[in-house]
Amino acid sequence: MPVPMTAPKVLDREFFEIRAKLLEIAASFDRLDRGAGTVEGDPRMSLIREALDVLRSDEPDRAEAIQMIFSRQYAADWRKSLKVVPPKG
Amino acid sequence: MYYIDPHIHMVSRTTDDYETLARMGCAALSEPAFWAGFDRGSVDGFRDYFRQLTEVEPKRAAAVGIQHYTWLCINAKEAENVELSRDVIAMIPEFLDRPNVLGIGEIGLNKNTRNESIVFLEHVEFAVRHEQQILIHTPHLEDKYMGTRMILDMLIDDSRVDRSRVLVDHVEEHTVRPVLEAGFWAGMTLYPVTKCTPARAADIIEMYGPERLMVNSAGDWGPSKPTAVPDFIMEMRRRGHSHALIRRVVYENPLEFFGQSAHFQFAPPDVPEAATV
Repeated sequence: MPVPMTAPKVLDREFFEIRAKLLEIAASFDRLDRGAGTVEGDPRMSLIREALDVLRSDEPDRAEAIQMIFSRQYAADWRKSLKVVPPKG
Repeated sequence: MYYIDPHIHMVSRTTDDYETLARMGCAALSEPAFWAGFDRGSVDGFRDYFRQLTEVEPKRAAAVGIQHYTWLCINAKEAENVELSRDVIAMIPEFLDRPNVLGIGEIGLNKNTRNESIVFLEHVEFAVRHEQQILIHTPHLEDKYMGTRMILDMLIDDSRVDRSRVLVDHVEEHTVRPVLEAGFWAGMTLYPVTKCTPARAADIIEMYGPERLMVNSAGDWGPSKPTAVPDFIMEMRRRGHSHALIRRVVYENPLEFFGQSAHFQFAPPDVPEAATV
């Protein structure tokens, strides 16, 4: 489907929004640093770092890739593990 | 521009919200049965809720010129209680002939458990037997991908299910493709934090086109915005998309999908579209 906005127009429109979102993330990391204790071993931090790597990459479909980082994997044998009988239809 | 919100929980909204929706151009809406924020204790709790959905809300909506439709079920969260779920499903026929009932929904999964799957399959069986359309809730956050794939597995397993009469809701970037490729309708819920934003929904339309895609607000008792569909319209306009494309997503697609239900007797508003915001 044709996309009406050119890349330069998208950047013109969203530059300040992207800047603001990056600052929010940076400030969140600073807040984590200032807080007492540590979150270094927390698996959620690994997920966040993995997502940041996706942002830095040149691959397309970054939003989908980040969604998958934060998703449980699909297990095709779920019916067997949950003992769910398929319908007769 | 007139629009239809295909998924909004008006039992959680005020009369002022109804009036705002009408002023924004909402011509009709559909309200699936969902979780009330607490687990109901008996089938009578659901019977009263279904009366609210089929008697009270249509009147509140009609007072501001909005046509109200609904879907009935026991939601995925309370479906963990299989015994109660079976009682509720057995009670649904009391309401199936009500004029605003479009089908069975929002059924689905919450934490992707065995009990939720059993109740989902029993709802599908009920819908097939009663020739009802189906509206489906997919789980949130980390459970969404697995849960959506499980739901598709169960639907595809059943050859009696007419995929053109099933709407799989709350799709996002990682679940929209398998839903559309399998031939189902897909809904994007514009909801802060846990679902999709108007801008990301517009991105998905640009990537997949408007075929079998709709947008909704959910507009429930959680942090949500009942006017999220007009926000999507504004986002699409700002990007330069045509009136025809936007109208297809927010008005014509819901008409086409709901039009498959015998109870959907939609009458277009008699106020000129230019009079809406």
